[in-house]
Amino acid sequence: MAANTQDTAIRTSRLARAAIYAVLLVFVIYYLLPLFVMVVNSVKTLDEIRGGNMLSLPQIFTIEPWLKAWGTAQIGVSPTGLKPFFANSLAMVVPAVVIATLLGALNGYVLTKWRFRGHDLVFGMMLLACFIPFQIVLIPMATVLGKIGLAGTTPGLVLVHVVYGLGFTTLFFRNYYEAFPTELVKAAQMDGAGFFKIFYRILIPSSGPIIVVTVIWQFTNVWNDFLFGASFADFDSMPMTVALNNLVSSSTGVKEYNVHFAGAIMAALPTLVVYVVSGRYFVRGLMAGAVKG
Amino acid sequence: MPRLVLAPSFILILIFVYGFIVFTGYLSFTDSRILPSFDWVGLTNYAKLWQQRNWSIAIKNLAIFGLLYIVICTAIGLLLAILLDQKIRGEGALRPLYLYPMALSFIVTGTAWKWFLDPGIGLEQVVQNWGWESFQFGWIKDRRFAIYTIVIAAVWQTSGFVMAMFLAGLRGIDNEIIKAAQIDGASNVQLYRRVIIPLLRPAFLSAFVVLGHMAIKSYDLVIAMTSGGPGRATEMPATFMYSFTFTRNQMGVGATSAVIMLMLIASLIVPYIFAEVRGRGDGR
Amino acid sequence: MSFLEIDNIVKHFGSVEVLKGVSITLEEGGFLVLVGPSGCGKSTLLNTIAGLESITAGEIRINGRRVNELHPSKRDIAMVFQSYALYPNMTVAQNITFSMEMRGVPKPERDKAVQEVGRLLQIEPLLKRKPSQLSGGQRQRVAMGRALVRDPQVFLFDEPLSNLDAKLRVDMRTEIKRLHQSMGTTVVYVTHDQIEAMTLASSIAVMRDGEVQQFGTPSEIYNDPVNIFVADFMGSPAMNLIQGRIRSDGGALAVALDRDGAEPLTLAVNGAGEGLNGLNGREVIFGIRPEAITDAEGADRTAKNVIQTECAVEVVEPAGADTFVVTRLGGREVIARMRSDTAVDAGSLAPFAFNMDKAVFFDPATEQRIA
Repeated sequence: MAANTQDTAIRTSRLARAAIYAVLLVFVIYYLLPLFVMVVNSVKTLDEIRGGNMLSLPQIFTIEPWLKAWGTAQIGVSPTGLKPFFANSLAMVVPAVVIATLLGALNGYVLTKWRFRGHDLVFGMMLLACFIPFQIVLIPMATVLGKIGLAGTTPGLVLVHVVYGLGFTTLFFRNYYEAFPTELVKAAQMDGAGFFKIFYRILIPSSGPIIVVTVIWQFTNVWNDFLFGASFADFDSMPMTVALNNLVSSSTGVKEYNVHFAGAIMAALPTLVVYVVSGRYFVRGLMAGAVKG
Repeated sequence: MPRLVLAPSFILILIFVYGFIVFTGYLSFTDSRILPSFDWVGLTNYAKLWQQRNWSIAIKNLAIFGLLYIVICTAIGLLLAILLDQKIRGEGALRPLYLYPMALSFIVTGTAWKWFLDPGIGLEQVVQNWGWESFQFGWIKDRRFAIYTIVIAAVWQTSGFVMAMFLAGLRGIDNEIIKAAQIDGASNVQLYRRVIIPLLRPAFLSAFVVLGHMAIKSYDLVIAMTSGGPGRATEMPATFMYSFTFTRNQMGVGATSAVIMLMLIASLIVPYIFAEVRGRGDGR
Repeated sequence: MSFLEIDNIVKHFGSVEVLKGVSITLEEGGFLVLVGPSGCGKSTLLNTIAGLESITAGEIRINGRRVNELHPSKRDIAMVFQSYALYPNMTVAQNITFSMEMRGVPKPERDKAVQEVGRLLQIEPLLKRKPSQLSGGQRQRVAMGRALVRDPQVFLFDEPLSNLDAKLRVDMRTEIKRLHQSMGTTVVYVTHDQIEAMTLASSIAVMRDGEVQQFGTPSEIYNDPVNIFVADFMGSPAMNLIQGRIRSDGGALAVALDRDGAEPLTLAVNGAGEGLNGLNGREVIFGIRPEAITDAEGADRTAKNVIQTECAVEVVEPAGADTFVVTRLGGREVIARMRSDTAVDAGSLAPFAFNMDKAVFFDPATEQRIA
């Protein structure tokens, strides 16, 4: 009632507050350090990294490592740079996100507003599917992808990511629609709207936040995935993470740390941008994914 | 109509999750090597698995890694959440800085830490440059300590997320309870120890399950940082499964290790989900 | 010297002034109720007394001692919260004795105190349970027990009954009153329910926008409201507030109230005080409580000035014990409280008896009382 929640009751002395700020700042440094190291060293020359100090600012600023990582670095056997793999990742992420989100929304809609006998069992099975270690499906997945001719292709990876993203997207939408007033659906039915009409006209327009949460969640997961990419992609469909790992851990030739860092930032940028633009939704997705399991 | 809409998803999950689990489970009883085979060999693979030196290293590493990872992440997360909850100026700016690593791929994290901890160019050299000539930090190349460097990077990536979980828990506590404890004369330490931290029990549980789950699955980070090395020093169940299945052509043993991983995760998740469901049944 | 002195308290939240110089005094053993609409500052005032919120200016004294700088636990107060604020991880007994534990009181003494409080509030069988296993009313009792066990100089209650259902609320209200009568401790009690305020208080402070509108006994507040806000806020159904004009015919004062399609109703005002003299022709707000407008037989026999007149009945609302009859005066609905067996019909004329002893008058511009 009234305005009594504005003051948190916990008091701290001036000294304690100074200590708190100090600790918080130390952790800021801890969290920023690796990013700082990556950025700073991605614009240094290789000689400077070898001879100098990783934490110091570049003496000679160069974008050469970035150009090399993007266009000419040796990935596996060919000097293609990361560019084609960035494109591969995009070609894989976009359909995987769209399809999984759409299916998740429909599933959530059915599981909350058109319940049938056993709906909770169906949901329970989808929920549990979120948590399996993917190692358990690697072998049969490889076999099946080979049988249906999708082995080593981008559509194959899209299929994999849709299937194993479905559990979470369904979970998100189900929990969101659970709180959506069923009366509105009933009212729309009385007004003569059918199954899909209700979905498009009543639920989707008020699903903005959860769509954003789901898209970000699925985007981040698919973009950052390594295991599936490493298992099921061949050279022409290899996603960014796998290519980056190839670049960094290739044992031949000179270790070009600056190129590695530039490549790592490239692989990180899309998700970082999403995070900066819509961090609130990103955290919400994480929490929804965590609290329910 | 409704069921028709749900059916494709459900069938996909049924086949690609549950069907595949059964398939892998079956393979773990066969003599599959480079390709799946259906010749039943009973529990041979299970016996073989536990005789593998790599597997016992992997299990031991998982225990070390899991324990440290969970404990340190929880400690840092709780500490940061409590500190951030003290009406901090600039909380809105700090929180995203603690959390952003969660948005990165483990491969990126691994690359950054791999070179930063590399004794040739990274931290060791930096400190030596600062004047501490004898400083040594070569854990990542040292069989005995390499696993701890993976803990460092993993904690870096996830502890901010644990902070967010605890912060949400703290923000959910009824302010009146804190007021009541103050009137009752609890000092700040007593307030946290006796009242607030016990109220965070659900957050602790979620954090434990999420972190445990991530520990068992960890694969990308190990590959990016050490590829399981030096030698086999950072072998984990996930890397073991992958290499036995796809590079060593011992699919039967690989399937067996995947089954064990599934059982480990199930022992973590299933009680948690049951507790959640029953907790809701209690009506509070 | 009073026991609790609240001396010109000012409180800012940033640039918002939520308490604008509040002064209240209370005798030892008194029961002060702070009442007002939400956002009026009553809860904030209570929190400042508790020490849970700091004040910008002013002074609070308990038993002559300035407490501004004292930690809540050092002010010798106890508080019962709206949400009860029980510690969910502790049993009822642990909840009750937590403050003693914090003060380092030895276990045997604590056990004895729990037994005593348990007996007093009849919660002995619940002592081993956790708060989540209790009903709302039981939690309420435990919260009271936690306050009682401290034997404080002042009890603070923050809307303690608002989370209970209607019947339980009435029971607990009686229980609180009984406890107060038997223990005689000073109480400050916040509520937005004016009936709670009337039934419990020895003094009431009616607040609005961070200011005390009126401070007095329940009967003063009810019968002699100082302004339209207090008159309107206290009482249910609310006081009728009717626009009218003063007429002065050779010394005899009267108030004229417009009626639709009829002559204005003119009610003679006798002994309403000097406040109306010289106001001939002025617009006023005429205030009269529903129970002061009755049927002829229901009129108060001790009243000196009862005026009977016929009015058009708009609506009749039987409410069991009473029948509320609505007519229209001065362009507004006017509610009369008649006996339940009064025979009136909507749309007809019926006799109304106005008890002008109870009439009050306000200035329409300043909204302050003029007579």
